[in-house]
Amino acid sequence: MTTATAPAANKDAPKKEKKFRGVVTVNREHCKGCGFCVEFCPLECLDLEADYNAKGYHPPFLSQPEKCNGCDTCGLYCPDFAIYGYREKLDGSAA
Amino acid sequence: MSAAVRENPADKYLRKERMPSIWCPGCGIGTTVNCFTRALDASGYDLEKVAVVSGIGCTGRVAGYLKLDSFHTTHGRAIPFATGLKLARPDLKVVVYSGDGDLSAIGGNHLIHAARRNADLLVVCVNNLTYGMTGGQVTPTTPQPAIASTTPYGAFEQSFNLPHLVASCGGVYVARWTAYHVRQIAKSMGEALQKKGFRFIEIIAPCPTLYLRRNKLGEGLDEMKFYQEKSVVMNGADTREVSLDFRDEIPVGKFVDIERPTLEEAMESQLSKALGAKYVPYSLPVKA
Ligand SMILES: Cc1ncc(C[n+]2csc(CCOP(=O)(O)OP(=O)(O)O)c2C)c(N)n1
Ligand code: SF4
Ligand code: SF4
Ligand code: SF4
Ligand SMILES: [Mg+2]
Repeated sequence: MTTATAPAANKDAPKKEKKFRGVVTVNREHCKGCGFCVEFCPLECLDLEADYNAKGYHPPFLSQPEKCNGCDTCGLYCPDFAIYGYREKLDGSAA
Repeated sequence: MSAAVRENPADKYLRKERMPSIWCPGCGIGTTVNCFTRALDASGYDLEKVAVVSGIGCTGRVAGYLKLDSFHTTHGRAIPFATGLKLARPDLKVVVYSGDGDLSAIGGNHLIHAARRNADLLVVCVNNLTYGMTGGQVTPTTPQPAIASTTPYGAFEQSFNLPHLVASCGGVYVARWTAYHVRQIAKSMGEALQKKGFRFIEIIAPCPTLYLRRNKLGEGLDEMKFYQEKSVVMNGADTREVSLDFRDEIPVGKFVDIERPTLEEAMESQLSKALGAKYVPYSLPVKA
């Protein structure tokens, strides 16, 4: 199954208005739990789940969604094509 | 705002029905393939015009996972198959993707001669310092004194410095990265795809199951952190200076980027000089 996590398009007035937010998509069942994505996310917003996938690995999840900027560094590192980050325009942004 | 889940950009380059791959958790081969898909994506090439040729080994599996015209050839023979393919179909970009054992041991002679002839190929060598697929035997790139299944007391032969080998044989583009350097790999692959002649990218990658475990070096992630810590970028370095020692600094970067006539160009120029109007350049009829 593929799951996408992103912060709820937000209200609690950020200092600088964000034009986009980062979204991360994880294919839990293809993940082998190597941890590359978690280690090399430049903003440290991923963690491995405590839970297991069917093969017995711990897939990652976006533990700090508000920090993610959709840079896709996690996507480049994944040896199993199981994670990918991207940017989603936020409502009301000029861009 | 639509919340549609986007597709992974790697997906359109992969035979998804074959995923997940056979590669072990923490193996670096898949990371390099991921970088390759991004390089293809950025290049905008017509995928009908890109072919991938692999030999045998864990890295040799790459040909089977990429959704491109691909050849999974015999052990050590990826370069000769690719050279033939390129000569017959000069309109294709031909990429050889294989392991250190396949390319530098059994296939070593093909490697040096393709570089010498400047065959128009991009060769990506995933160097995990071992024969992964067959159980972790010593290869020509295993550093002294690493333990391999065939060197239980430590490797004692001098290992190849692959960038130097290829550069001294005449390769026109020579780079080395580790699997940690994902953006640099993608950029280097993109650059090398654009270029003509014999291009060689070595990528040092973790084989946790055989090389790391036997040497008590931890998991794939530990090795990636080791690369992060120990790599030294030495763009333009003299390739004599970039040999790899066991657990020492890892010189990385683009070492060579030169121009000289490719095998096809040299052949055409010599034969048309010698034969004049009698010479029919065979590459032309195929070019649409
Ligand atoms: C002619 C021949 N000899 C030996 C083998 C056995 N063999 C299969 S893969 C391999 C080694 C592959 O090593 P490498 O190219 O480094 O790839 P890796 O598995 O490490 O990615 C060997 C020796 C074979 N398939 N064919
Ligand atoms: S997209 Fe970038 S910031 Fe977001 S989780 Fe991935 S690596 Fe981290
Ligand atoms: S890099 Fe890929 S395989 Fe490794 S933990 Fe992250 S999602 Fe899973
Ligand atoms: S044996 Fe080594 S090279 Fe082969 S898939 Fe496993 S980790 Fe990768
Ligand atoms: Mg190998």
